[in-house]
Amino acid sequence: MKDRILISEESVPKFSSHVKLEFNKQREQWVVLAPEKLMVPDETSVAILKFCDGKSTIRSIIDKLTAQYKAKREVISRDVTGLIQDLADKGFMVTVNEGQD
Amino acid sequence: MNNRSDDTNNTDHSTNGSHTEKAPLALLAELTHRCPFQCPYCSNPLELETAKNELTTEEWMKVIKEAGKMGIHQIHFSGGEPSVRTDLEDLVKCSSDSGLYSNLITAGYPINEERLKKLAELGLEHVQVSFDDVEEKNADYIGGLKGGHQKKLQVAKWVRAVDLPLTINAVMHRQNIEHLEEMIEMAQKLGARRLEVAQVQYYGWALKNRAAFIPTPAQLDKATEIVESARKRLKGILVIDYVIPDYYAKRPKVCMGGWGLRFLNINPKGLVLPCHAAESIPSLTFDSVKEHSLEWIWKNSEAFKAFRGTDWMPEPCRSCDQKEIDWGGCRCQAFALTGDAKNTDPACELSPLHEKIFGMAAEEAKKEPPEFIYRKIGKEFNSPF
Repeated sequence: MKDRILISEESVPKFSSHVKLEFNKQREQWVVLAPEKLMVPDETSVAILKFCDGKSTIRSIIDKLTAQYKAKREVISRDVTGLIQDLADKGFMVTVNEGQD
Repeated sequence: MNNRSDDTNNTDHSTNGSHTEKAPLALLAELTHRCPFQCPYCSNPLELETAKNELTTEEWMKVIKEAGKMGIHQIHFSGGEPSVRTDLEDLVKCSSDSGLYSNLITAGYPINEERLKKLAELGLEHVQVSFDDVEEKNADYIGGLKGGHQKKLQVAKWVRAVDLPLTINAVMHRQNIEHLEEMIEMAQKLGARRLEVAQVQYYGWALKNRAAFIPTPAQLDKATEIVESARKRLKGILVIDYVIPDYYAKRPKVCMGGWGLRFLNINPKGLVLPCHAAESIPSLTFDSVKEHSLEWIWKNSEAFKAFRGTDWMPEPCRSCDQKEIDWGGCRCQAFALTGDAKNTDPACELSPLHEKIFGMAAEEAKKEPPEFIYRKIGKEFNSPF
């Protein structure tokens, strides 16, 4: 049995296989499609999720967003880590080198 | 089909209702009512469709393409047992070509490894397998198919072997609720990421067998405790969705995310239903995909308009502050238990009939469970063995 994934600034998150971030043209909105789930992320979440490419660390994602939004790093850090941890707990995100779907 | 917790209720809706009027989020495709299992909790209607009335491959493909164009996100292949259709592969491929995220809801037979592999290659995204118990003998007794439990186990392993994500749907009731802990263990061992602990809901055929299924309040409390503790223990490892029987709820469930707001269901012969049990309401008329486009039906079908939104609501729903949260609960249940589909769902404690119905179910739960009433297309009988 595998363990819970704990997200740190070192983690490199990516969507699990079979989970997709997609732009639905008809509805003009971003959606996360997952097994038997569908989420409509808000603007902040979309900004975060677009960086989850399986290459960037949480640290670099926070840095990029801090520069982009001119907000406090700790606020952004809380948003990013919180969102990714939540998605990892749901099984929608994995981290590279920390176990697969 | 499996009397499962509607995945419909598991969708996060952080959006407002405006988009969903344009098109539903998901499509439940009931490919067939045929099924090798005879689960007495089957939520399919009392009158089943025969094979010769089912939509053809071409008719389904037309609908799937329309669904993609409408912006529907997901398609759930269900039944009956969807894998009895030999064209499942074509329909899965058509779904992924049309931009739909596809999910197979299976009882575990007659699908095999080769077909699962093919389906995964063709773009299937997820499989849900239902289970009746952890004990083979009891499981086969409940499902009404000898060897059924072994087949389910085998299919769950194949799903993981072809690297598809797996949800286990554990249909719980008084005849297996004592094994809930073991069911949770089984789901982990099979490599599921998600487990639905779905207490039987009493629609369609299931209502005939209510007395054989309804747990006591004490059994239900125990189950709730087990689920809550497992959720803590297995956080990040196994997601557990939990549905209690409506009869013991205080407020009704948000059935289908609101009537005609987020989902549609196409039955084996092509009628488009706001939910899979909607045909039980005799005052409704349904439109067929053979005569209209899916989009036309979504916007214009009388069956969808009947209970869409809040205008149809009588009291106590009309002045209730929850009316745009639970949308009045389940219309089919309101009809089945009160005789009027417009009545407040008696699962709601504000329904004048709530106490009476709760009392009736609790009385049934105290008595020895009667024998199951099984069915095959066209007849009733008591034991499959």
